[in-house]
Amino acid sequence: MQRSNKYTILFAAAVCLVCAIFVSSAAVALKPLQEANKILDVQKKVLDVSGVLGEGESLTPEEITARFEELIEGQVIELASGAVAEGIDIVDFDQKKATKDPAQSSEAPSNKAGLLRIPTNATVYTVREDGAVKTIVLPISGKGLWSTLYGFLALEADTSTIKGITFYEHGETPGLGGEIDNPIWKAKWPGKQAFGADDPTTPRITVIKGMARDTEEGRTHHIDGLAGATITARGVSDLVQFWLGDHGFGPYLSNFREGAAPQQPQGDEGGGS
Amino acid sequence: MTKKEREVLIDPFFNNNPISLQVLGICSALAVTTKVETSLVMSIAVIAVLMLSNLSISLIRDYIPGSIRIIVQLTIIASLVIITDQVLKAYLFDISKQLSVFVGLIITNCIIMGRAEAFAMQNGPKMSILDGLGNGIGYSLVLLFVGFFRELFGTGKLMGHTVLDPINEGGWYNPNGLMVLAPGAFFLIALFICLNRMWKPDQVEAD
Repeated sequence: MQRSNKYTILFAAAVCLVCAIFVSSAAVALKPLQEANKILDVQKKVLDVSGVLGEGESLTPEEITARFEELIEGQVIELASGAVAEGIDIVDFDQKKATKDPAQSSEAPSNKAGLLRIPTNATVYTVREDGAVKTIVLPISGKGLWSTLYGFLALEADTSTIKGITFYEHGETPGLGGEIDNPIWKAKWPGKQAFGADDPTTPRITVIKGMARDTEEGRTHHIDGLAGATITARGVSDLVQFWLGDHGFGPYLSNFREGAAPQQPQGDEGGGS
Repeated sequence: MTKKEREVLIDPFFNNNPISLQVLGICSALAVTTKVETSLVMSIAVIAVLMLSNLSISLIRDYIPGSIRIIVQLTIIASLVIITDQVLKAYLFDISKQLSVFVGLIITNCIIMGRAEAFAMQNGPKMSILDGLGNGIGYSLVLLFVGFFRELFGTGKLMGHTVLDPINEGGWYNPNGLMVLAPGAFFLIALFICLNRMWKPDQVEAD
């Protein structure tokens, strides 16, 4: 049936208004829950990669947060110098957002990991045992085949022995590139050396195509590739090397080795057992 | 429930299935069916959106000006989809991460616009809800069928539990990589259509 133009326009406006009210109230009402989920997910992955969680252990959200706060210490560091970034609270720091913000990031040097920008500052998590740092957890990211992979790499206090790797966000093909989430494959990482014994600054860890050979190099630095996921595996290799290198966490790691490890934040207990 | 109502509800299961007969909504049926769990959540999301969009459009069908009816339908559907996506992100975070953009793409799922335009614009709210539910279930049946076989043969698992021990986890089953890729879903949807038409030969189109 034919309606007047005025009616049509008013009707359209009314529909938009009603829909807008529904959408915005849903978004506002659910925002806190969504934010909490994201934080929880990151906490879980950090616990997982640093080997604090037992095999197949599943915790309630409250337990995850409690354990995270008890064991994990977060810091924001300046990538270029490796020193603690002054005046930035870890709670307010969002590395992903910072990477996109021109004021808090710079154009990435040419790299194989497909990164266009790198943030000025980055988050580092550490796990202490008896007062000494035992594990360093570094955020890593880079291009796979279809998507940017986001994850964490955990190193032992010698800054070379790998403790674990995990990805919390990626869009790789399930069953192929998605196998980077496979616990069996992730289990190939712990114990490998990220750097050669003679040169602690050039990352040697590599995901190779096929099986790591039984040579000195293969045993210490190579990770088996993933069948049907050559490009994803190459991406993992490149991004791990980038973030361990001079433009990534290299300076932080060398500071750490020289004993200039960032001081324990105030108000934290020393050696409670 | 009258006979007419029952027909509206049950018909889209096999007699007039949105995917296998109307061949609508194929894209999401390929994208989200690598696992039963994601298929299930996607099905629930589509059923919810379909019922609510049919209901709201049916309620205002007499007031919608004909010249802008498509865009009005689209606005309502898009709003419902955004709300569904927000709810999933808040309550089923892990799964919403896996479904990623595909929840948002429910907006473009032809089934929903198709039902709004073809049914809800002409029928009352109660019938429209039933029609939405029926078509949603019809869609879900295909999704679950495809998801079941893709997960089972592609990874040897069902709902994340290992059923066939895959070789890369020390078992005997060699997962079929084709199943986890989109072509695997094409074969399965074709198989579903084939079985459906063998059972209901009247659906076979004349040459």
